[in-house]
Amino acid sequence: MKPLLTPKTDSPTQSATPSAAPQPPPLSSGGSKGAVEGSATWALSDRIGLVICWALGLLFCAIAVAIVVFLFIKGISYLDLSMLTTPASAGFSQAESGGFSDALYGTLIVAVLAISIALPTGVATAIWLVEYGRPAALARITESTIEAIAGIPSIVLALFGTVIFSSTALGFLSRSSEGVVFGRSFFAASAMLSLVALPLIVASTREGLNSIPRHVREASYAIGKTKAATVRRILLPSSRPQVATGAMLGLGRIIGDTAIIIVLLGATQNFAPVEEASFPLNYLRGAGTTLTNFVYEASPTGNLNQPEKAYAAAFVLLLMVLALNGAVDIIHRRARKVGTWSH
Amino acid sequence: MEPLTSPPPIRRLKLDDPEPASEASAPAASGNGHAAQQSGFIAAKRSVGAPQFSIRRMEIDEVSVFYGEKEAVKGVSLPVRQGEVLSLIGPSGCGKTTLLRSLNRLTELTSTATLNGRILLDDVDIKLIEPTLLRRRVTMVFQQPNPFPMSVFDNIAYVLREQGSRRQRKKVLEPAVHSALDRAGLFEEVKDNLDHPALKLSGGQQQRLCIARALAAEPEVLLLDEPCSALDPKSTQVIEDLIVKLRDDVAVVIVTHNLQQAYRIADHVAFMYLGDLVEYASATALFGSPREKRTQEYVSGAFG
Repeated sequence: MKPLLTPKTDSPTQSATPSAAPQPPPLSSGGSKGAVEGSATWALSDRIGLVICWALGLLFCAIAVAIVVFLFIKGISYLDLSMLTTPASAGFSQAESGGFSDALYGTLIVAVLAISIALPTGVATAIWLVEYGRPAALARITESTIEAIAGIPSIVLALFGTVIFSSTALGFLSRSSEGVVFGRSFFAASAMLSLVALPLIVASTREGLNSIPRHVREASYAIGKTKAATVRRILLPSSRPQVATGAMLGLGRIIGDTAIIIVLLGATQNFAPVEEASFPLNYLRGAGTTLTNFVYEASPTGNLNQPEKAYAAAFVLLLMVLALNGAVDIIHRRARKVGTWSH
Repeated sequence: MEPLTSPPPIRRLKLDDPEPASEASAPAASGNGHAAQQSGFIAAKRSVGAPQFSIRRMEIDEVSVFYGEKEAVKGVSLPVRQGEVLSLIGPSGCGKTTLLRSLNRLTELTSTATLNGRILLDDVDIKLIEPTLLRRRVTMVFQQPNPFPMSVFDNIAYVLREQGSRRQRKKVLEPAVHSALDRAGLFEEVKDNLDHPALKLSGGQQQRLCIARALAAEPEVLLLDEPCSALDPKSTQVIEDLIVKLRDDVAVVIVTHNLQQAYRIADHVAFMYLGDLVEYASATALFGSPREKRTQEYVSGAFG
């Protein structure tokens, strides 16, 4: 008998990585040693093209590294841990004006609220599109609607949001007094921000579901399982890495968005809870700020003119985004351990 | 389709090979060697003993399956019996897989497919049986090994639990899971690794896990759609032995492209061509002395 549970060899993409590692552009006469195919015999235009590809690749790497290094240096030199715990306050110098704790919490609140709207909606939409999708006309309309949402600039979504959330019927979601609805609140901003994340979640969940071979679904039906059971126990767990990727990408967009925050969360640097509601709701119905808004306002363009704190806040924001990228990586590495089907 | 023009590699025979199954009932076949020469089919000796008994479980009665306008299966009638292995053979696109899938109403998943005629399971029309119940009584194993992305244990437990529920505890399900794995001849190999992900098993083990999964539902009929086509010869042999062992407990229907395999394990063989059932006979009769010219051409490798 064969040894038990012999692990399969790694996926070809992994083992192929070393050979795909950067090598100098083999334009020089001999070509690089160990290259599978020298470009010495290529047409001149192909060789020029190859060099351009290399140069552009290196250029983008350089830009990314420059941004990260620049923000790390600036951020570490200006960031003071007390900034994370003190709210902003009025003051004439940067030393007097406090930190950006409200902005940091605001970002977290917006992220949690928006993703908890976008994730279930997006996953449900994707399941319906891939597994049901009837009537076909409705499915096509849904698809193009989601693509349209993905293409709408967030400032337009923000304007649309002010119209919706200023309506009297939705007064319970923001500050309202004497029949006038303010329309700016964590609820309003999160709702519109969830639309920013939704297309990403739908797209990656669909990708996950579509990557499951048809015979796997049929195997579940063929032992008498219903579609619902199959979706819950087989299809969703199998596409978990892609769902998580979509959620992380969506979160990145949510915490990075500025336009919706400025328009729908209010031009303030502190929480502005409403008086007529009790604890969590008073904050969620009130105006507030996030890190992106703080960076914008604190930058030389904004009203606060605290460039050093802008760098510090931007650094925190960058750390959050990098953490999300790291999380996606971990999820995918874990998924690889479970294995997949041959197609 | 593998060409059969040159003698294919012949599997090592069991020493205590009993006389081929339906030798006696195939009057034209006066012996394997002679029959093989007659049809041009160069075959190994059958490794299967004659069935001890056979009980009719399913009856395929004038069944036609259409995909839109195209008729994939044309008025086929066949019995499916417990105690013996029925093999469907034929070139690609001849409708054998479609016929197999219609036995547990999997064809209904294709929206354009329509079925005429009757299929009876223990004298009840399967159209009257709720599909999820029918599919627990007539389970299926696919061409590609497709364990679910969960542990070996959970793959079987998933079958035993109510639809999407996770309610029953591990302890309760343990005996049933072990017995299903045992019947598929996998238990000894995985008993220490029941918590390992099933997709990390070898291809042959994965396919036996799929058979265990299909058996866990306690079916009356087991459908196998080219179960060995993605496997190496050694795993194929293990699964073939398993299939022969199972025929007393469940009626087995196997679609195969491998004529040698059909000859090795099947008791009855149905040859289909372009949706028609050309010939249905015992394995020795069909391979040894086919009545139809098309069958003879096919088993001697003239087309396909």
